[in-house]
Amino acid sequence: MDGGILEPSLYSLKALAILDNDGNRLLAKYYDDTFPTAKEQKAFEKNLFNKTHRANAEIIMFEGMTCVYKSNVDLFFYVVGSSNENELILASVLNCFYDSISQILRKNVEKRALLDNMDAVFLATDEICDGGIILEADPNAVVQKVAVRNDDIPLGEQTVAQQLTKKLEVLQSAKEQIKWSLLK
Amino acid sequence: MMMLKRDKKEEEEGGGNPFNNLEKSTVLQETRTFNETPINPRKCGHILTKLLYVINQGENIGANEATEAFFAMTKLFQSKDPILRRLMYMGIKDMSKIANDVIIVTSSLMKDMTGKEDQFRGPAIRALCSITDTSMLQSIERYMKQAIVDKVPGVSSAALTSSLHLSKTSQDVTKRWVNEAQEAVNSDNIMVQYHALGLLYHIRRNDKLAVTKLVSKFSKHTLKSPYAYCLLIRIATKLIEEEDAGSGSPMFDFIESCLRHKSEMVIYEAAQAIVQLKNTTAKDLAPAVSVLQLFCSSPKPTLRFAAVRTLNKVAMKHPAAVTACNLDLENLITDVNRSIATLAITTLLKTGSETSVDRLMKQISTFMSEISDEFKIVVVQAIRSLCAKFPRKHSVLMNFLASMLRDEGGFDYKKEIVDCIIATIEENPEAKEAGLAHLCEFIEDCEHTVLATKILHLLGREGPRTPTPSKYIRFIYNRVILENAAVRAAAVSAIAKFGGHCEELLQSCVVLLERCEMDTDDEVRDRATFYVNVLKQQQRNLSSAYILNGLTVSVVGLERALYSVLEHGLKHVCCTGLTVSVVGLERALHQYTLEPSESPFDMKTVPLATQPLADQKVRETPGLAGDVGKPEKSAATRQDLYAEQLAAVPELANVGALFKSSQPLEITESETEYYVQCIKHTFSNYMVFQFDCTNTLNDQVLDRVTVDMEAADGFEVVKQIPCPSLPYNKPGSTYTLVHLPEDPTSVTGTFPCTLKFVVRDCDPNTGEPDDDGYEDEYVLEDVEVTVADHVQKVMKPNFAASWEEVGPENELEDTYALSSMSTLEEAIKNIIQYLGLQPCERSDKVPEGKSSHTLYLAGIYRGGHDALVRAKLALDTSGVTMQLTVRSTDPSVSEVLATAIA
Repeated sequence: MDGGILEPSLYSLKALAILDNDGNRLLAKYYDDTFPTAKEQKAFEKNLFNKTHRANAEIIMFEGMTCVYKSNVDLFFYVVGSSNENELILASVLNCFYDSISQILRKNVEKRALLDNMDAVFLATDEICDGGIILEADPNAVVQKVAVRNDDIPLGEQTVAQQLTKKLEVLQSAKEQIKWSLLK
Repeated sequence: MMMLKRDKKEEEEGGGNPFNNLEKSTVLQETRTFNETPINPRKCGHILTKLLYVINQGENIGANEATEAFFAMTKLFQSKDPILRRLMYMGIKDMSKIANDVIIVTSSLMKDMTGKEDQFRGPAIRALCSITDTSMLQSIERYMKQAIVDKVPGVSSAALTSSLHLSKTSQDVTKRWVNEAQEAVNSDNIMVQYHALGLLYHIRRNDKLAVTKLVSKFSKHTLKSPYAYCLLIRIATKLIEEEDAGSGSPMFDFIESCLRHKSEMVIYEAAQAIVQLKNTTAKDLAPAVSVLQLFCSSPKPTLRFAAVRTLNKVAMKHPAAVTACNLDLENLITDVNRSIATLAITTLLKTGSETSVDRLMKQISTFMSEISDEFKIVVVQAIRSLCAKFPRKHSVLMNFLASMLRDEGGFDYKKEIVDCIIATIEENPEAKEAGLAHLCEFIEDCEHTVLATKILHLLGREGPRTPTPSKYIRFIYNRVILENAAVRAAAVSAIAKFGGHCEELLQSCVVLLERCEMDTDDEVRDRATFYVNVLKQQQRNLSSAYILNGLTVSVVGLERALYSVLEHGLKHVCCTGLTVSVVGLERALHQYTLEPSESPFDMKTVPLATQPLADQKVRETPGLAGDVGKPEKSAATRQDLYAEQLAAVPELANVGALFKSSQPLEITESETEYYVQCIKHTFSNYMVFQFDCTNTLNDQVLDRVTVDMEAADGFEVVKQIPCPSLPYNKPGSTYTLVHLPEDPTSVTGTFPCTLKFVVRDCDPNTGEPDDDGYEDEYVLEDVEVTVADHVQKVMKPNFAASWEEVGPENELEDTYALSSMSTLEEAIKNIIQYLGLQPCERSDKVPEGKSSHTLYLAGIYRGGHDALVRAKLALDTSGVTMQLTVRSTDPSVSEVLATAIA
């Protein structure tokens, strides 16, 4: 509202959420009492999803709050703040949220990969926001703090491809070496 | 391995979600695995993730189950696996609110917090603080202080944010960490800097001097974090607002300098801050507006949104400042993000000229269906202000509103449109026909009972006075056939109004109403029967009293109350067409039934319904934020509260029913030793002056406080009711009862007042007073009794009918020259103030450019006499000339009112 001189405070986020392409909650953290019960929270998510899943518009005023969002394949990332909050701060948190999860999932941002790495996703969310305060807004720092066991990640398609390229590189360099040794 | 396989199976069933169909009880069961040794980190991590997932889905976990799982989880401290450990921290945080005895993990967490593994320390601090309460805080205070200044940024940030969380409950302890926070602001890490500044401000926020220092210090010494800058700008803005400083303040210079910061976030925050400040001139706004203008062409939707939204706010106060951006805003009209487009258009509507209205309306109608209701309301509000600004454009705007009314939409949205149309009809007589036609069409298919009744009421009021009233009756009668009882009842009342006002329609209205006498609902039946009988009398004054200006609202309450009277065997009930407050009526009737008497019950003893305060003209700014204030409705009006208060004073029991209470009037300066407000309560033969006194001296107690009034001519002070004791800062009331003059025409007077009391000195700390005191007095300002104190405002929706009803019997007419007034508006304002009557039919608004005007005023004079005033005003070179005509049911009332202006 117009008289919205913001009380200077670190508490700038109301919620973070990841929904799937049916609007179901995969992860949602609420940081204040706007929606006290799980029922209200889920109703809010459903409404928000219905408003946002078609138009990829990045920002919406919704039920008196500012929501910024981003989607990829079958995932929707949301950051919710008060309507008086600086939209760019919310957008920076959304970028961090999305990019750090994208890094954790090795750019494979889709529901399946997310669920396979749910533990790391939980940890990343925890590192980005603590009780409504932005804890970290740099995706690299978040990923570093989460420090997933790279070697432990099950062999997905992505990793296979990477392994292959690695192998190819080794092969390539071996070839080069042989070439050089022959030339000598 | 077995488990993984099972998960695979579930995945296929659950559409690829291994967490689908997770049973809360199964997961809790699985947590028993945690007790196995050696710990399998992989397996336990998976179970823990499932547990977190279930909690995150909002499953309700009971305290016992949670405690059991929590204790199983504590076993995992044996494992050194980093992921597992940190999932545990999250588990601890999630369960800290549901499980019992969570403090059991304190020592383990403290070990992690001070341990060597940096990766664990930050999260461990945060988990620890979530389970710590004030009593425990002492024991970890030392470690927290150390952690705040730790060189590892993650640890420091965690400690700072946790301190802020803790300060909600343990303000005193966290206050002692101010030095550490101070040190942390100098950190190289941007997040640590931000968090430290936040904590520092939070600790010092009540100390204005310290905050000022804080801002001036950090605004020079450059901070690295853009977040910290944003915070600092907010702090500076708050300081400027509190000090009411303008652009001269050094704080403002700081905010303005932030417009040149390299981060967009900071630039926007600064621009927004400047826009929100109250004391800004167009010149101060210019740099902020030009920055926002640049943002308008940004490729980032968020930035464009932020910029347009802020420009929209600027346009409300300084439309001229935004005109420079009109071109950029035009480009945004077609933005793919509909929110941005809507905001751009509504901004343009505010700043644009009359010629651009058509084009913008056309543009906006192309995507009206795609935007959310909230934004539609923003658009409607913009249109509403446009209607007021460009009355000539009403046809375009009306058509647009009508098409919006036809579309899908929620109640709030529809209500906003209906309100907008009604406001336009009232302000612009040319738009009336079209507006009424649109509303008629709307009620044909309206699912909202509230809106339908509102519109029917409006039709009943406005319809009869249009050139062709008959065409509305069809719409109204359709409601009688098709709608629910509440709407039918409203429709019946509306038809009756047509019958009462238009003689040529009387017969047909009676026929229609007679059909309603067979209605299934008793309210509808009753109303129809009542109106048919009144209309059949064919007497103008009856129609006026009971139909056109009658007790439309409280009919139900009145009936019920009267019914209960009749049950008690009292048959003499005479009532005149007064607008009475339901609460007051009930009270009067109750009293009457308690003291059975032979005299008939007289409605004149019932207090009048106080008019609700003047329409709130100040519209809330468009619903960009959701917290649109809903006007509160209290069941009892202010006057009913006073009546109850006075009834509680035994000495005032026999003065009769309260007629009117004035607004509180200050009769001391607000910062003197004793602060006194006076409220005048008018009764039929008495006046009670209520003095609300506050003693602002903490070393005195006042006893036996009274107010001595010197009675003016004819008035007689009957009784003083002292306030027994007035301790420091506790308001108390004393009353003075005055008998009004016997001569009905002498009603005004001035009363010099003195506050008299006995002072007893007391100890300011304990409030224990001395035993003996001395008498003292304190001169107050004079209290004046004016004509307005004897008059209660009453709205007559159909003034002409009432005017005829009262008749010329006690008419008085006089002409005055009001040489001190230079405009009609000023004259009208003063006349209303002198007479204390209610302006009717919006006659208090003078159309622009007119040099003559007629003002209609209505009210009830003390004792229940109708009082109507018609003031014809004409503006000429020497001032305003007024011809005042007063009609009343009592000759002395006419005299009092006619002489009030002189």
